[in-house]
Amino acid sequence: MLSTIVFLPLVGAVLVLLLGGRGDRAEREPIVRYAALAVSLVSFASTLWLWMQFNASTAEFQFVEQHEWLPQFGISYHLGVDGISLFLVVLTGFLTPLALLTSWQSVHESVKLFSFFMLVLETAMLGVFVSLDLFLFYIFWDAVLIPMYFLIGIWGYERRIYAAVKFILYTMVGSILMLVAIIGLGYAHASSTGTLSFDLLQLYGTALSRTMETWFFLAFTLAFVIKVPLFPFHTWLPDAHVEAPTAGSVILAGVMLKMGTYGLLRFAFPLFPTAAAEFAPYIAALAVVGIVYGALVAMVQPDMKKLVAYSSVSHLGFVVLGLCAVNVNGVQGAVYQMLNHGVSTGGLFIIVGMLSDRRHTRLISEYGGLKAVMPRLVAAFLLITLSSIALPGMNGFIGEFLILLGAFRWHPKVAAIAATGVILSAVYMLWMFQRVNYGDVTNEENRRLPDLSPREWAIMIPTIATAIAMGIFPGVFLKPMEPAVVRVVDRIHGTLPAAASTRSPGSGLRASDESSTLAPRPAADSPLISTLGSRPSALGPRSSRIGQR
Amino acid sequence: MLLLIPLLPLVGFLINAFLGRRLPKVVSGGIACLVMVASFVVSLMSALTASRGVDHAIQQTVFSWITSGDFQIPFALRLDPLASVMILVVTGIGSLIHIYSTAYMHEETDSEYARYFSYLNLFAAFMLVLVLGANFPVMFVGWEGVGLCSYLLIGFWFRKKSAADAGKKAFVVNRIGDFGFLLGMLLLFATFSTLDFQEVASKVAMRAPEAGWGVLTIATLLLFLGATGKSAQIPLYVWLPDAMEGPTPVSALIHAATMVTAGVYMIGRNAVLFTHAPYTLAIVAGIGVATALMAGTIGLVQNDIKRVLAYSTVSQLGYMFLAMGVGAYAAGIFHLYTHAFFKALLFLGSGAVIHALAGEQDLRNMGGLKKGLPITYWTFVIGALAIAGIFPLSGFFSKDEILFRTFSSGRTVMWAIGLLTAFLTATYMFRLVFLAFHGERRHDAPPEHPEEEEPAAQAAAGDLHGAHAAAHSSPPAPRTPDPGHARAHVDHGHAAHLHDAPPAMAIVLIVLAIGSIAAGIVGIPHALGGSNEIEAFLAPSFEAHATAPANSEFQIAPPPGEFVALGRVEPHETADTGTELILMAVSLGVAVAGIGLAVYFWLPNRGASERVAQSAAPVYRLLLNKYHVDELYDAAIVQPIKQGSTLLLWKGADAALIDGAVNGVGAAVRGASGSLRRLQTGSIRAYAASLFLGVVLILGWYLMR
Repeated sequence: MLSTIVFLPLVGAVLVLLLGGRGDRAEREPIVRYAALAVSLVSFASTLWLWMQFNASTAEFQFVEQHEWLPQFGISYHLGVDGISLFLVVLTGFLTPLALLTSWQSVHESVKLFSFFMLVLETAMLGVFVSLDLFLFYIFWDAVLIPMYFLIGIWGYERRIYAAVKFILYTMVGSILMLVAIIGLGYAHASSTGTLSFDLLQLYGTALSRTMETWFFLAFTLAFVIKVPLFPFHTWLPDAHVEAPTAGSVILAGVMLKMGTYGLLRFAFPLFPTAAAEFAPYIAALAVVGIVYGALVAMVQPDMKKLVAYSSVSHLGFVVLGLCAVNVNGVQGAVYQMLNHGVSTGGLFIIVGMLSDRRHTRLISEYGGLKAVMPRLVAAFLLITLSSIALPGMNGFIGEFLILLGAFRWHPKVAAIAATGVILSAVYMLWMFQRVNYGDVTNEENRRLPDLSPREWAIMIPTIATAIAMGIFPGVFLKPMEPAVVRVVDRIHGTLPAAASTRSPGSGLRASDESSTLAPRPAADSPLISTLGSRPSALGPRSSRIGQR
Repeated sequence: MLLLIPLLPLVGFLINAFLGRRLPKVVSGGIACLVMVASFVVSLMSALTASRGVDHAIQQTVFSWITSGDFQIPFALRLDPLASVMILVVTGIGSLIHIYSTAYMHEETDSEYARYFSYLNLFAAFMLVLVLGANFPVMFVGWEGVGLCSYLLIGFWFRKKSAADAGKKAFVVNRIGDFGFLLGMLLLFATFSTLDFQEVASKVAMRAPEAGWGVLTIATLLLFLGATGKSAQIPLYVWLPDAMEGPTPVSALIHAATMVTAGVYMIGRNAVLFTHAPYTLAIVAGIGVATALMAGTIGLVQNDIKRVLAYSTVSQLGYMFLAMGVGAYAAGIFHLYTHAFFKALLFLGSGAVIHALAGEQDLRNMGGLKKGLPITYWTFVIGALAIAGIFPLSGFFSKDEILFRTFSSGRTVMWAIGLLTAFLTATYMFRLVFLAFHGERRHDAPPEHPEEEEPAAQAAAGDLHGAHAAAHSSPPAPRTPDPGHARAHVDHGHAAHLHDAPPAMAIVLIVLAIGSIAAGIVGIPHALGGSNEIEAFLAPSFEAHATAPANSEFQIAPPPGEFVALGRVEPHETADTGTELILMAVSLGVAVAGIGLAVYFWLPNRGASERVAQSAAPVYRLLLNKYHVDELYDAAIVQPIKQGSTLLLWKGADAALIDGAVNGVGAAVRGASGSLRRLQTGSIRAYAASLFLGVVLILGWYLMR
């Protein structure tokens, strides 16, 4: 079933190519558009079906498919979803049709090819989230780059080539190192168990020397944090976003950045828990710097897309911080924030796209007074803005609050610095909102802009409804997510004390934590709570180990 | 039933938000008023039910909201005596202000009118959630929600830059406070594993009051930072005077009667917690009294009628925090309640003046309005007497209670400052009364004053009756010449025909005036033969309830049975009734003296005040410029952040440092990127080939190992 969901867009992509006929014929444009949209909607329906069928009470991978592929190399075709990947799959399904719809007005050349790449991209992204074999994962991971490279390079704005190449180079540097680490990990597994394997579930708990674990962890993590992007690896993002077409920005911010944080959570941290414990404080430090830095730089951007891009750096900093806390609240908040960011930043890029479709500029100074001209569009803009600045009652609040709670239980001062991001996000978002929408219409060209079209309504309503629903009924998402989150937190912690001491090359220690605690545990960090409760001085920095268990 | 209280205004909001622009004003305004009145009725019934119930409270858990591990937050509402007082103020005064607004906002277009009422209803819904929330996160929903509505309503006339700026300033300054609130919540949860108000209180009650900078002190200080934002106290008060850019009824409802008291309410809600943090309480009292004095002095010299009232609000809120800080929670809430009446009255009265003068807000351009606006004048004087603390109006009882409690708690310096502030209050209020209503008519001065309410100058003043008619409505709105506004036109100082408040406004003014006189009845102190009912009524809200399992480890002093009456600072049994009566006489005397000073300076001869202002020019300018705090914040915080972000971070770190390094690498592989560019032929076959090549290369590289 999962294979069907993953490859359905690819099949659709081929279909779209065939429907488009030879060459680039304008009269085929509507057919191609509707066909691509239909494919993406069916794909979205299939991801929703997956959610309906999902058993929320277990942490196990579901809908598992496993076939031998290259058995002599221990490579298998292994797919499955748990509560963490499920929602990323749904998010991908949700955003692709919206992204396609945004392109209807702005993309007119090679619509066929554009739709083709969008759908190929969807398959690749879905594959990333459901792969349980490292080799398979890597193939999907790199496959994502290709359509995105072309989307930016062909349908982008003025400096698109520079942006596309920068994007590719940045990401490839990380990817190649990760590939080396994947292969190394497979061989390490072989040397301790005798069988070569790239199966994720078998690789969890593979015995590694400290040095190897450290290097593998760093290689994986570098690939992922570039993708996130974590400060200071973020400079590809503003360029890529600014130059990408709206649809590309939506997918890039909405889904692709999450591949980085997902990778940390699924691979880097649980595969190498000791190294993760060692480096998490440094990663968290970069995340916190990124939260503040991204917000401050976003504040002074003259270009709306750049502003939103830097705000992504800030928001993704929250996600990474939540992951580094490695407790249920932090990780659950992080996963939730990945979804939130997809909806709200996706929404912001859509809005900016609507404005630049009308005016062909993204400069804030070109606008002003739009509220009087396009009240409905501005109302949608406001709601998405509120979602982005984490107003309670909207989705962003739930994610940020849980992340801050998780971070606070880990390291209160870090959480306090991160929380300044809450102030700064209001500053840069409201400032932009004011300059674009309030005041008098100063530019004559803005006086006659049309308000939301039916197509734009169709994009905005689901986005806003989701943002509000996720703020009021977060339980719908949090509950199915929780067992998997507890599992991964356990996995990262669970091997900590034992593995750190007994782990040595060739000791043959096998992962037995598959059967470890399934029931959700209360308070991951109860000792911390009691420390805080009784000893006020404990507010200060503590030892930098993950989790105080 | 409890859910219905915020739900009704929410429904009103939804109707006006989605259908409003198609509805005539009567319908959209009518719906907005109706849901408020209905909410008031439900509130009244709920409060009665609650007061008869066990624990004097009713609770309703609506659904389970946030669930993450041991962090379980239900969306729960709770109505106890404290919340009862608040919801009655919010829905009661709120209903009146909605009714007033139907007339005040009448010049707006249908869609703007509906937008106004939808925001106002939404505000009420969030405010009621804030009050009724049974735990911190639910309160926080209301807390930030009212901030949002405040943002929207301050910036209601969004075409005007100063209004939009003021809205943003309010939101951002409040966010600084909310940062504290957020961290306070996190610390409390990390400490007590719960964020339910009741559970926190009962867990705190098992501890000894904290002597030092412990976790409770830090948590309460963080929460108090939130309160200083929402309730406009030092150092975060700067947004409130600017918030006067909003329509005047909004100033009355949000920035005087309800939202700005949320910080006071929050401390009352957590009385047990704050009582266990004496350091925090001392700071709360200190900040409160300092704010009261500072704002009072600024209010003395301001020339914008609404800004005087705004500083007065800041000052009165300071009183409330003083009360909270000395542990006189009931007195603080009592003042909150009486203040809601007379400050709403004063703002609405000023609104009637502005309405009659077609947008004029500068006191220097008023004068002599007494004759033209008798209802406004007399109700306004009642409000001024009440806020000045003249016996037997409501303000007397509540203010006196605070001063007495401050005195009897041994903080005599604070008491003295409070007394001085009371003097200032009486002076600036009657300065306002005399400048606006007495003496000669002066409102023929040019209207181009920066603090005026009309949005920008493009108001098509010409087709109306002179420049003054540029009313407080949005310009492009096809304005129907409203009699009340248009006839404000004056000719060379000769008294033109002024129209007093239209019926909907006049009735509200009269009702509020009656309230300002009589609201004090519930708090007549024992010393005057009363029974201070409100204190007894509120008492259960300031105590921890023995619902939590007894924890012997931390159990201290209070023996089981009489479970810590922490809120009550055993008042009248111990205190000397004679002292209380003397103090009362003193504060009354001070208030009368304050009015007397105003009479001397501003009633017959304005020259005296100007001479004083000239002889103490530096002081006068300092006050007029509000101690230059805005400029200080801008120079010390805003500009450094802006410049630093632009030059240091963006152009320095990002562009030069990081990207410089990246581009350096990029230059090295420029050849490669050049060929990449050539690859981009647009031909599908070429792409497929490159895809295939990539796969082959990767596999090949792997196989060769």
